[in-house]
Amino acid sequence: MAKLDSRIPPGPLAEKWRRHKAEIKLVNPANKRKYEVIVVGAGLAGSSAAATLGELGYKVRCFVFHDSPRRAHSIAAQGGINAAKNYQNDGDSVYRLFYDTVKGGDYRSREANVHRLAEVSVNIIDQCAAQGVPFAREYGGLLANRSFGGAQVSRTFYARGQTGQQLLLGAYSALSRTVGQGLVQLHTQEEMCDLVVIGGQAKGIITRNLVTGKISRWAADAVILATGGYGNVFNLSTYARGSNATAIWRAYKRGACFANPCYTQIHPTCIPVSGDYQSKLTLMSESLRNDGRIWVPKRKEDCKKDPATIAEEDRDYYLERIYPSFGNLAPRDISSRAAKRVCDEGRGVGESGLGVYLDFSDAIKRLGEDTVRERYGNLFDIYHEITNENAYRTPMRIYPAVHYTMGGLWVDYNLMSNLPGLFVLGEANFSDHGANRLGASALMQGLADGYFVIPYTIGDYLASQKPGSRPSTDAPEFKQAEDSVTSIISRLLGAKGTHPVSHFHKRLGHIMWHYCGMARTREGLETALKEIPKLREEFWATVKVPGSADTLNQSLEVAGRVADFLELGELMCRDALTREESCGCHFREEYQHPDGECKRDDANFAHVAAWEYQGAGAEPLRNVEPLVYEAIKMSVRNYK
Amino acid sequence: MAAGVSKNNISVTLRVWRQAGPGKPGGFVDYPAKNVNSNMSILELLDVVNDELTLKGDEPIAFAHDCREGICGTCSLMIDGKPHGPNQGVASCQTYMRSFEDGAVIVIEPFRAAPFPIVKDLVSDRSAFDRIQQAGGFITVRTGAAPDANSIPVPKADAELAMDAAACIGCGACVAACKNRSAVLFVAAKVSHLGLMPQGQPERDSRVLAMVNTADELGFGSCTNQGECSAACPKMISHDFIVRLNRDYLAASFRSAFCAHAAGGHAE
Repeated sequence: MAKLDSRIPPGPLAEKWRRHKAEIKLVNPANKRKYEVIVVGAGLAGSSAAATLGELGYKVRCFVFHDSPRRAHSIAAQGGINAAKNYQNDGDSVYRLFYDTVKGGDYRSREANVHRLAEVSVNIIDQCAAQGVPFAREYGGLLANRSFGGAQVSRTFYARGQTGQQLLLGAYSALSRTVGQGLVQLHTQEEMCDLVVIGGQAKGIITRNLVTGKISRWAADAVILATGGYGNVFNLSTYARGSNATAIWRAYKRGACFANPCYTQIHPTCIPVSGDYQSKLTLMSESLRNDGRIWVPKRKEDCKKDPATIAEEDRDYYLERIYPSFGNLAPRDISSRAAKRVCDEGRGVGESGLGVYLDFSDAIKRLGEDTVRERYGNLFDIYHEITNENAYRTPMRIYPAVHYTMGGLWVDYNLMSNLPGLFVLGEANFSDHGANRLGASALMQGLADGYFVIPYTIGDYLASQKPGSRPSTDAPEFKQAEDSVTSIISRLLGAKGTHPVSHFHKRLGHIMWHYCGMARTREGLETALKEIPKLREEFWATVKVPGSADTLNQSLEVAGRVADFLELGELMCRDALTREESCGCHFREEYQHPDGECKRDDANFAHVAAWEYQGAGAEPLRNVEPLVYEAIKMSVRNYK
Repeated sequence: MAAGVSKNNISVTLRVWRQAGPGKPGGFVDYPAKNVNSNMSILELLDVVNDELTLKGDEPIAFAHDCREGICGTCSLMIDGKPHGPNQGVASCQTYMRSFEDGAVIVIEPFRAAPFPIVKDLVSDRSAFDRIQQAGGFITVRTGAAPDANSIPVPKADAELAMDAAACIGCGACVAACKNRSAVLFVAAKVSHLGLMPQGQPERDSRVLAMVNTADELGFGSCTNQGECSAACPKMISHDFIVRLNRDYLAASFRSAFCAHAAGGHAE
């Protein structure tokens, strides 16, 4: 059984990080260059970590499967980044950001980690501004803020609708500088396929070059995974097509515990699926719900009618009806589930029947079209570009979509997994968002981990490793890992089946969406746990992967990732089944308050479930890390 | 074809550049696509064609893509001779089949330029852009050394203009559109973004010299002011930034020639 020591430092909450920094071990400057650190991934967390560790003097190699670090999916974040700067003088503080984040996560995150996140949030904004990130400004030249869900203060910094891109370009510029100076070796189009564990410690990785197919061994003193989330298990999501779980999944199979895999956030306002061919769901900013009214027809038979011909009394403004005090601004998870419910009743709109109307006609009457255009013009344009519909004339159609995973590899306070030497940053770890992430907190966490946490905490581990003790890539563990990678590849290419990979990915997505999506039940999850292993068997028997292993072969890349999703999906369902409560985004229909809110069971489930791999075909072990709240009193999450 | 039911289905022929690898001979191959839902993106049509090729035992068409929402800059199709296709201000992934007539023959090629060698089929290697960035596309600030963010006020107009330039997604359409294969719009966007901010002033000269010179060394061509780059840019980066770049480059060249100290901090 894995030893899960969270290593939360002693002392009062607000003092922990300061004291910890003062007490953890340091590596002296002359020794730093003797340590080699591998960073996998170059999104916000990976780029910022690689650049900062390179600056500190460590020998850093950064691996990305993209053709450039600037393409990582952090780039697509729209809204903003939170920081407790209190530039608005509206009562914000580190404590409030900490409190909002813990409450938003429905009391399933680790208090000490979240407090540290709130503390370093202020440094992130300083760092990014100094790098030249073009944040929105007020007329006096100082930084502007906007408000975001789950907070009563204005603490979100932003750069038009592309905050993610601008922050990533900042981190990428820092990384590029260190690459140019020779401090970091950048390996693009090089995908991590396995983790090498020697004597119980992470000491290297195996990669495949996506252009040449060459398999390589890389030894290091420590390995950092910053490879993002795993929402593409659902096939359709707001993730980039390339986003995958392979690095963290293969680390899990080497002994790293996977924490809370079932915590998946489903965003209420996305453009609905329009056909079977679809590859991608696009998010529409939640801010639209400030002025739009959400409805579906009262009668099923009206669903295919032109919405303009449906009389007012035949419309069901269901959020306003069910949640009169919050109406269209009900929290994300509540709104998502309500949309699913009306569509399940057969009252959904659009070709697929999986959509609800978001109607601006009242807002246009009240405010005029120009004001609506001023507020939401760019979003109406995106909607038009994708659907070819004019939302000033006819209501938008929206539906919820998967867009973030709060679960990930288990890490301690130092962001080190239960495998010493393996560190996990950003969305790939589990620690900060509990069972639900608040808007504008993902960018904050990625950069906090990379710029301000790992540079301190990695030293504590490396100081315990003798300089120069890094194993040789001739070690048998490297050969074994390489053999395992090549055997997966030849198995995939060897299966001369009858279906393309996409066929299995779509089917897995359907299973996950129906049984492990917005609303889950024991019965449904048990069904999924029967169907996924069957689908996996079918995959290996009938998948068809064309081409060869020694050239650019995109089918092979996708096949390997989907093979991993077919295993991870099962673990997600198992986690959802064993968590017999509802919390945040994990909604079990059996456990709800009469008003449809999540009914937590703090007596039995105020803990992290960290799953430990027990070998192919064996049930994984469910380890538990209790969540102890010292500063915050757990209560029913209430936004009314 | 596994397309959804729609009144607006069309049939087209994709005439696609196939090339097995770098330096290998290439050529066009026609792929008829029937009953295509016009709400499909052109990348989604390639997905469907590729699944059909896979089942037939042929090798699928390699093409670069990732976010499919026009922000990562990975997709890079030359469609009917235009980078990212017929519509302005969008990337290839945002090009929908309703932009094409029923019966159309659609010619799809990779972005072509000597500094962007073709990797396979529709995929070209754009790492030259990373090398330009590594030469000087940054403001040197050590992590942890930054002053309070509000101690560096930036006039709103400058911040907005910097943001206009910073919108560049690094896709390379500007290079593919240019008859000289110049990367000048890309460099101009990066140099302007940082050069418009007070934070970017200390390295302003060294940055512009290093980035322009590196682009030249990598084999990108010169600018002859035809404006094809801005027209093809999915983020509609203005041609005016090239004027700004030229001014910066001239001033920096002058200063570096006549006042050695002014160009200090040149990238190592």
